[in-house]
Amino acid sequence: MVAKYVPPVQSRAGQIFDTIVLLALVFIALFLPLWLSIAVPSRVEKLPEGVSYVAAEDGTRTWTGLSWEVLGQNPTMQAQWEKLGHSMDSAAEIITQPFDYTIDYLGIALTGVVILGYFIFMLAMSEREYKQVIAEKFD
Amino acid sequence: MTDQVVAQGQPKSINLLKVLGPAHVWALGVGIVLVGEFMGWNYAVGKGGAYGALIACWVIGLLYTCVAMIDSEITSTVAAAGGQYAQAKHTVGPLMAFNVGLYLVLAYTMLEAADIQVAGQLVQIGALDMLASAPVNWEPYTILCLAILAWLNYRGVFMTLTVNFVITAAAFASIVLLFFAVKPWSPGEILQHQELLTGLPYGWLGVIAALHFGIWFYLGIEGTCQAAEEVRSPGRALPLGTMSGMITLLIAAALTWYVAVGVLPWEYVGWDLELAPLYDAAKVVSLPLQILLFVGTIFSAIASANGCINDASRAWFSMGRDRYLPAWFGAVHPRYRTPFRAIIFLIPIAAIFALQIPLAQIITFSILSGLLGYTFMPINMYKFRKKWPLGSIRRGYVHPFHPLPAVVLLTLCITTYFAVYLGYGRQLLAMMAFYIVVSLWFAFHRYKYVRRGDQFTMAWPRPRGY
Repeated sequence: MVAKYVPPVQSRAGQIFDTIVLLALVFIALFLPLWLSIAVPSRVEKLPEGVSYVAAEDGTRTWTGLSWEVLGQNPTMQAQWEKLGHSMDSAAEIITQPFDYTIDYLGIALTGVVILGYFIFMLAMSEREYKQVIAEKFD
Repeated sequence: MTDQVVAQGQPKSINLLKVLGPAHVWALGVGIVLVGEFMGWNYAVGKGGAYGALIACWVIGLLYTCVAMIDSEITSTVAAAGGQYAQAKHTVGPLMAFNVGLYLVLAYTMLEAADIQVAGQLVQIGALDMLASAPVNWEPYTILCLAILAWLNYRGVFMTLTVNFVITAAAFASIVLLFFAVKPWSPGEILQHQELLTGLPYGWLGVIAALHFGIWFYLGIEGTCQAAEEVRSPGRALPLGTMSGMITLLIAAALTWYVAVGVLPWEYVGWDLELAPLYDAAKVVSLPLQILLFVGTIFSAIASANGCINDASRAWFSMGRDRYLPAWFGAVHPRYRTPFRAIIFLIPIAAIFALQIPLAQIITFSILSGLLGYTFMPINMYKFRKKWPLGSIRRGYVHPFHPLPAVVLLTLCITTYFAVYLGYGRQLLAMMAFYIVVSLWFAFHRYKYVRRGDQFTMAWPRPRGY
């Protein structure tokens, strides 16, 4: 017969502290990397040949060599952009920023190890805890 | 069962109310997910082009078929509040259950944040587009929306999900009306697929990358089993509600893709700051359609946020009840019989993310938590069948071809992690860092407050091998 485990009673202060720790983890690990723009989508600027721009201090761009054709837009696409309220310049700011899928093998390996390690740790610890649960429930 | 300290200080046992039928289960599942047709899926177009998004929609449909098969078998056997969280306690162990509970909470809370951000921003966009009035700030509308939904959830689950049923049905009708309004029988008149569709802008690597947001077409449908404890007849209502929900979503996803990429250039649809592609598609066609899709998008966002508050709070409540979290969260309101503390606690988190973080990144957090939950399911299935082989316990449903669905699901999950890595690698690592640290916190600190034997509540025989 396995002795029944009697957990300690957590004080109100302890409960508040645990809640704060969880909230802090959410904001440090999830919120801050995004808020500080550390973890952003990996888009790159890719200008068509012969196209360039000068950016003013307020962020507005003055383009040279730009046309709907060099942006790869046919007349139908051009018409739809215009119906959506976009000029050629504002459309260019969207079209010239594709994703960068350059494969970084070290980065992939590191990410894979992190995910795999997480699951291995979790399953190993869960197994240990599960044995205690089963022993107390059935013995 | 929950211990609720009432005014006189005497502990009193209070249960969640059993009031929900199949229509509520459908509304809970589809209500949460249908918003994925109005916003968010379009980022799959950005990652892989229009065809890439379509292929991703089909491939991820296969992932969800596997999820539904596995979930149906286990949920029909473990009908308890918390869904996959309750399953993990019985099949894998407390730390896994703690993580699964957090996957559910974060997936739904981030989805809720995305929903209310869309609702608020669409009010701003709609005012600019249709009223020619001075620009309005979107933030107060976001907070107002969240406050009303929080109150509804605080007040009671039956009223909440009845509201959901009505607005979800209206939102779905707006997609169907849009589809017929663009005259799909007359290509070239309004729909311009011939001119707007391009090949695969990033090749097949882009198709894999698109799997990331392909999840958004369906994310949350498994939430139907969150309400298992509040359903009048789980054996009938859960499978019926879930299956009709999947069919609804498959139809809506197909219509959505077809209309949006037939009216809008793919670069516009897939842009990170594009908020509501169906609304924009309608805007290009006519003002009445624009108004219809404005209402449809707002309704879908509200229905989704409503269901998310319901689901996230129930998972958080379940963990509080089991002492995986401070026990204070495991309280039921003495009058409304809702997990009121869990509801109120999660609201500010959703509000802060909604107000401060761009939509595509909020959605990515929701997707990642969902993906981790789907990775748990093959493990869950393997352990479930190993510990209680067929015939050892009574199952409401036995899924065919085991272990094929589990193997396919695990393979698709691994591929989707790679898809998220393409373009959102740092966010993936941030999320993993969070789950690793909270797992260490639980294993080495929080677990001491957990009653061991109470984690196993089903009337099953001892698992094989233990």
